[in-house]
Amino acid sequence: MALLEIDNLSVRFATNDGEVQAVNQVNLSVDPGETLGIVGESGSGKSQLSFALMGLLAKNGRASGSVRFDGQEILNAPPRVLNRIRAEKIAMIFQDPMTSLNPYMRVSDQMAEVLTLHKGMSKRQAVAEAVQMLDAVKIPDARGRVRLYPHEFSGGMRQRVMIAMALLCRPQLLIADEPTTALDVTVQAQIMTLLADLQREFGMAMILITHDLGVVAGSCERVAVMYGGRIRETGPVGPLFAEPAHPYTQGLLHAIPRIDQQGEELAAIPGSPPNMTHPPAGCAFAPRCPYRRGGCDDQRPPLEGFAPDRARACFAPLADVLAGRETVRVADLDAALGDQQDDQLMPEAAVAGAGMAAAPSKVDTHD
Amino acid sequence: MTKPLLDVRDLRVTFQIRREGAMPWTAPTPLHAVGGVDFSLNPGETLGVVGESGCGKSTLARALIGLVPATGRAEWIDGKDLVAMTPRQMMRYRSDIQMVFQDPLASLNPRMTVGQIIAEPLKTHRPGLSSAEVKTRVKAMMEKVGLLPNQINRYPHEFSGGQCQRIGIARALIVEPKLIICDEPVSALDVSIQAQVINLLIRLQKELGLALVFIAHDLSVVKHISDRVMVLYLGKVMEIGSSDDLFADPQHPYTQALLSAVPVPDPDHDVAGSVVPLSGDLPSPMNPPSGCVFRTRCPRAQAACAEQVPALMGQDHRTACHFPGPLTEEEIARARKTEAA
Repeated sequence: MALLEIDNLSVRFATNDGEVQAVNQVNLSVDPGETLGIVGESGSGKSQLSFALMGLLAKNGRASGSVRFDGQEILNAPPRVLNRIRAEKIAMIFQDPMTSLNPYMRVSDQMAEVLTLHKGMSKRQAVAEAVQMLDAVKIPDARGRVRLYPHEFSGGMRQRVMIAMALLCRPQLLIADEPTTALDVTVQAQIMTLLADLQREFGMAMILITHDLGVVAGSCERVAVMYGGRIRETGPVGPLFAEPAHPYTQGLLHAIPRIDQQGEELAAIPGSPPNMTHPPAGCAFAPRCPYRRGGCDDQRPPLEGFAPDRARACFAPLADVLAGRETVRVADLDAALGDQQDDQLMPEAAVAGAGMAAAPSKVDTHD
Repeated sequence: MTKPLLDVRDLRVTFQIRREGAMPWTAPTPLHAVGGVDFSLNPGETLGVVGESGCGKSTLARALIGLVPATGRAEWIDGKDLVAMTPRQMMRYRSDIQMVFQDPLASLNPRMTVGQIIAEPLKTHRPGLSSAEVKTRVKAMMEKVGLLPNQINRYPHEFSGGQCQRIGIARALIVEPKLIICDEPVSALDVSIQAQVINLLIRLQKELGLALVFIAHDLSVVKHISDRVMVLYLGKVMEIGSSDDLFADPQHPYTQALLSAVPVPDPDHDVAGSVVPLSGDLPSPMNPPSGCVFRTRCPRAQAACAEQVPALMGQDHRTACHFPGPLTEEEIARARKTEAA
């Protein structure tokens, strides 16, 4: 049985510019011990998806659908239920380790707090356990450094502290939201190796949210590619990277310069991501898609399976996408998009809402 | 041989830092952000500068255009030394050297329209132009960078990140510079937009014969855009060479570790088997290690490394290491063991 089952999850934000449809009808499942990567650009809804799971949406956010963890419904559950699940069953680490740790508290105090609250340990026991966990994430001289404040650690070390804190209650699922984006490549490599080791050691499942396809390729078993709040393609990491079946996945893979290959001109995706206050009526990617055809502009393609474990949401025949038989020239798309640049702008409210979990919002919630 | 556009010799930037909580009368400690950098740049060439945060790459950029005081020599193609110039003398060269910044929105004045932003360098450096002429040039430049000329009266907040970066590029190009210094121009952008901006920069460079100093922490991007690459660590050049050479055959242990850590978007790539881990953290630049600054984290460090500062050796592909060459299996295994301990 799947550890986490997400069924028809949607997230909406009420803003002054109208309703922002951040996440739309997402279905996903995570098995015990598995690593699922969620890839997407800013505004694709990948972070809001994880905030919705944890009940961390901003005040003007509403989640609908169903999320079952170990058979128990957790979406929009009361805080009493969520507090038993957060940290103990599902833990989360965030992108920026400096703003996610409390600058006024010693590392020992913030880590011990988790254990005294959730496990009812004494302070002394809790600190001893915290030191042990700091050791496990390979912080040198953990006993001496546990008394320090977060600002006395370097960026990489802070991220290790965050990971240690998330693992204190031995969760069954770890949600890592861009865990290495703020770090240098050498530190990123250290953290990703560490996460893989810990995952094996504790046997936990992981959802890795990132925009970096390189990180996904190196550490995930399955991937879900998101665009405009919907899943465009899912599948095991090998086949998905070898033969991307959705035009967006294909575009992304062609748009990144690669260190292991000789560079030609990068095949950039023309235009910019859709405004989710007024999403296109049809496929959100259609205006930028070189495989566009009749129907793409009015109808939303459903996510359909086409091979074992693989699914995609696209009207273009699979064979055409795999063979690269484009219907529109990229230059023509570029020209067409130039004329409608006005519609393509992200509204400020949508940008401000992203990445700020449970932050007090200036916008009133409409009940 | 052609005369280089810019010839930098022993460029140093030192900040005086008073430690937190120190008494006002205690002497400040010097922090060598850039500690003696040598390189030359030919007209029309792209030099990539890579390194981790705190290695001095942004400070180097700011020193080249005189935003922070530096010592040493940076000789422009006409033989004048940019470092020794007074701000008034520098003024003439500002229109030859322009800069594109990292944060596209923060580097644009929110109270000015796009037209005013792009026109400002022109009004400063070409005061003789009529306002009609300025407007035509601004519109032509907007078209060149892929903005619509009818957006000239819009404000920066009405544009997306990629478009803001295009505005920043237009502002830098409007005075027809010979050199553009790009400080992390694409690191704030999404993958699909990043590719658009990189393609734009490469196209404009070819069209206008610009030289670029391209600073980035993303090595794949640097490899894609650069003719030559310089690797910095703690304010010092570790290795410099042609892009093809340096990425195919890195000589310095630091370059090798850095390259091995770059994630490759290929699931068949053996991550665990290729990464050379670096043990520990970056040392404090206030108190850098003696001799070679990288020796504290180097899998090949020996006694000699602590005593002598290695000089940049070699012809075109230069390395600052006492023992250059590819890391052996043994050394990589040792590096993994130290990291695991």
